[in-house]
Amino acid sequence: MEELGLLMQGFGVALQPENIVLMIAGITLGVLIGVLPGLGGANGIAILLPLTFAMSPVSAVIMLSCIYWGALFGGAITSILFNIPGEPWSVATTFDGYPMAQQGRAGEALTAAFTSSFVGALVAVVMITFIAPVVAQFALNFGPPEFFAVLFLSFAAFVGMGRGSPVKTLMSMMFGFLLAAVGMDAMTGQLRMTFGEPELMRGFDFLVAVIGLFGVSEILSSIEDGLRFKGQKAKIDMAVVLRTWRELPRHWAISVRSSLVGCWMGITPAGATPASFMSYGIARRISKHREDFGKGRIEGVIAPETAAHAAGTSALLPMLTLGVPGSPTAAVLLGGLIMWGLQPGPMLFVEQKDFVWGLIASMYLGNVVGLIIVLVAVPWFAAILRVPFSIIAALILVVCAIGAFTVNNATFDIALMLVFGIIGYVLKKLDYPLAPLVLALVLGDRTEEAFRQSLLVSGGEMSIFFSSWLSTGIMTAGIALLIYPLWGMIRGGGKPATAA
Amino acid sequence: MSMAMQRVTGAEPQDMVHAPDGMAATMNTVFVPAREDAAGVPMRTMEIGTSLFFAAAGAVAIWDSARIGAGWGADGPQSGYFPFWIGVLLVLAATFNLVGVARATTPRRPVEVPMFLTWEQARTVATVFIPTTIFVAAVPFTGIYVASALLVAWFMSRLGEFSLTRAVPAGVAAALVTFVVFETWFLVALPKGPVETFLGF
Repeated sequence: MEELGLLMQGFGVALQPENIVLMIAGITLGVLIGVLPGLGGANGIAILLPLTFAMSPVSAVIMLSCIYWGALFGGAITSILFNIPGEPWSVATTFDGYPMAQQGRAGEALTAAFTSSFVGALVAVVMITFIAPVVAQFALNFGPPEFFAVLFLSFAAFVGMGRGSPVKTLMSMMFGFLLAAVGMDAMTGQLRMTFGEPELMRGFDFLVAVIGLFGVSEILSSIEDGLRFKGQKAKIDMAVVLRTWRELPRHWAISVRSSLVGCWMGITPAGATPASFMSYGIARRISKHREDFGKGRIEGVIAPETAAHAAGTSALLPMLTLGVPGSPTAAVLLGGLIMWGLQPGPMLFVEQKDFVWGLIASMYLGNVVGLIIVLVAVPWFAAILRVPFSIIAALILVVCAIGAFTVNNATFDIALMLVFGIIGYVLKKLDYPLAPLVLALVLGDRTEEAFRQSLLVSGGEMSIFFSSWLSTGIMTAGIALLIYPLWGMIRGGGKPATAA
Repeated sequence: MSMAMQRVTGAEPQDMVHAPDGMAATMNTVFVPAREDAAGVPMRTMEIGTSLFFAAAGAVAIWDSARIGAGWGADGPQSGYFPFWIGVLLVLAATFNLVGVARATTPRRPVEVPMFLTWEQARTVATVFIPTTIFVAAVPFTGIYVASALLVAWFMSRLGEFSLTRAVPAGVAAALVTFVVFETWFLVALPKGPVETFLGF
């Protein structure tokens, strides 16, 4: 049980007073970000990332990951009270959460949502504690072909397991890879696709892209129908919390199942959103009261929230151990690691024990702190949405612009952010998934590097990706995932999936 | 709520269709909602445009990669090797999507053409988008603080129906708070313009 010793050491790091303050600040900010339209986990962290350069990496990652947990909690508030999913993974929570609030059971729904989130996260953190070191140990033996295979598998998983059209997923992803390739080629120093434009030599920074794609575009689509927030009253008192807590253990089976679904979907980069839908669907199918789902059943809140939080948390496992993030937010955190001068991947567990275990310990603490904060402060967070949209929208746009500027201290990046905002707005409306684009942009250089290094070793033979049993296995799984939607199309009478 | 968010799953609870007067529609009621704002940019047009955009981006990548060398150099794969094939994949996927859109049957009645954006919606989006564009364009000249104050004041008075006597002070206050937080607290220098220079920053 070496992990427990290291974990205790991590608690020593996480429990330092300044880190606890950062944790509370991060959670509070995160819930705020999760509640506000146009600010989510990924771009909230992207905006704040440049401000953390002066901090120690452990403190910075504790604060930023706590923003992530806070955003996961915050998504539930708007879903239940306002029927507005603050985050895509809380869409499934609206199905039963909002009807519950309409029936005056908002407190019950919120307590169930927060507690389920907490349970899901806890299961995922326990899993990370014990599995991450094993995976990292294993990954120490990876060479470039194995790394490329893992990256290939992650991207193939988007195509094979994503909810939308596989072709659109592929396009979004390839566009991300192209954007990543713009600028200086790190291996040869050659300029690529810059067309003599000096501003493009830096390449496209993924932070700027994330702020535009998720922030600006969200503001544009929120205003489309003349946004008015019409919400239910939120009031949570101790009596409601205790009553709901007494009821929750009856649904333990749903919690366990949803946690497992979430953990699995979080590790593969399919992510929190499909996990929440899948586990809602399973809970509904298995339930004896199937027809009551959508009318305010508490199971319909427990299932998606548990899964979403478990998935969101376990998305950090591949990020820490392999350097392959499982979600856009994890990708932004990965970008943070690189900026703070850490090399993501298995060596992190060997060289940066304090960092890794401090982070893992902070996940335990952060979720406890988060649960307390949201239970206590729900009415205040809900009140934020009563601030007129004209004020919120302007402030969010200003914050986004500042965030984009601070990445490279370039006003050009603010314009770029706006362009990404338009791209994100159009793509989202046409059901193109944005997560593959962001992940390809973040991982493009590493993918290319692994690919080229492998080919260098083999002298250009593609067979190197099938030279060891490990890379062969991973590549085969990836290819299977790529072929899977094709199979569905053939069986569906050759109809292209884009028709959906 | 945006459309994309609503359409994410097939598992939503099915609501009864209601006529505008609140009566539930029966099975054989043909209910065509009266829509005055149906005109706009059709989904199909945007779908085609986006595919063409992606195909063009892929083509540019192929062309530029071929220019710098997309083959096998003396020291391994050349710089253009990876982007070249990414470009090829992008062009292929975009073409495939384009064929799919082209083959999809057009709805019989024009009323059913799915809209990407109705003109009504486009106007609303423009009320946010145009000031934002001006804001972004102004930052290099006015600095971010003056531009932010103006943006907040404009949004509040135009979109939020606040009076100027409330919107302008609110804008200035937002800029001042931003200034204190970033310049003095986080020690991050943001773009400044003539006003800040005049004030001695």
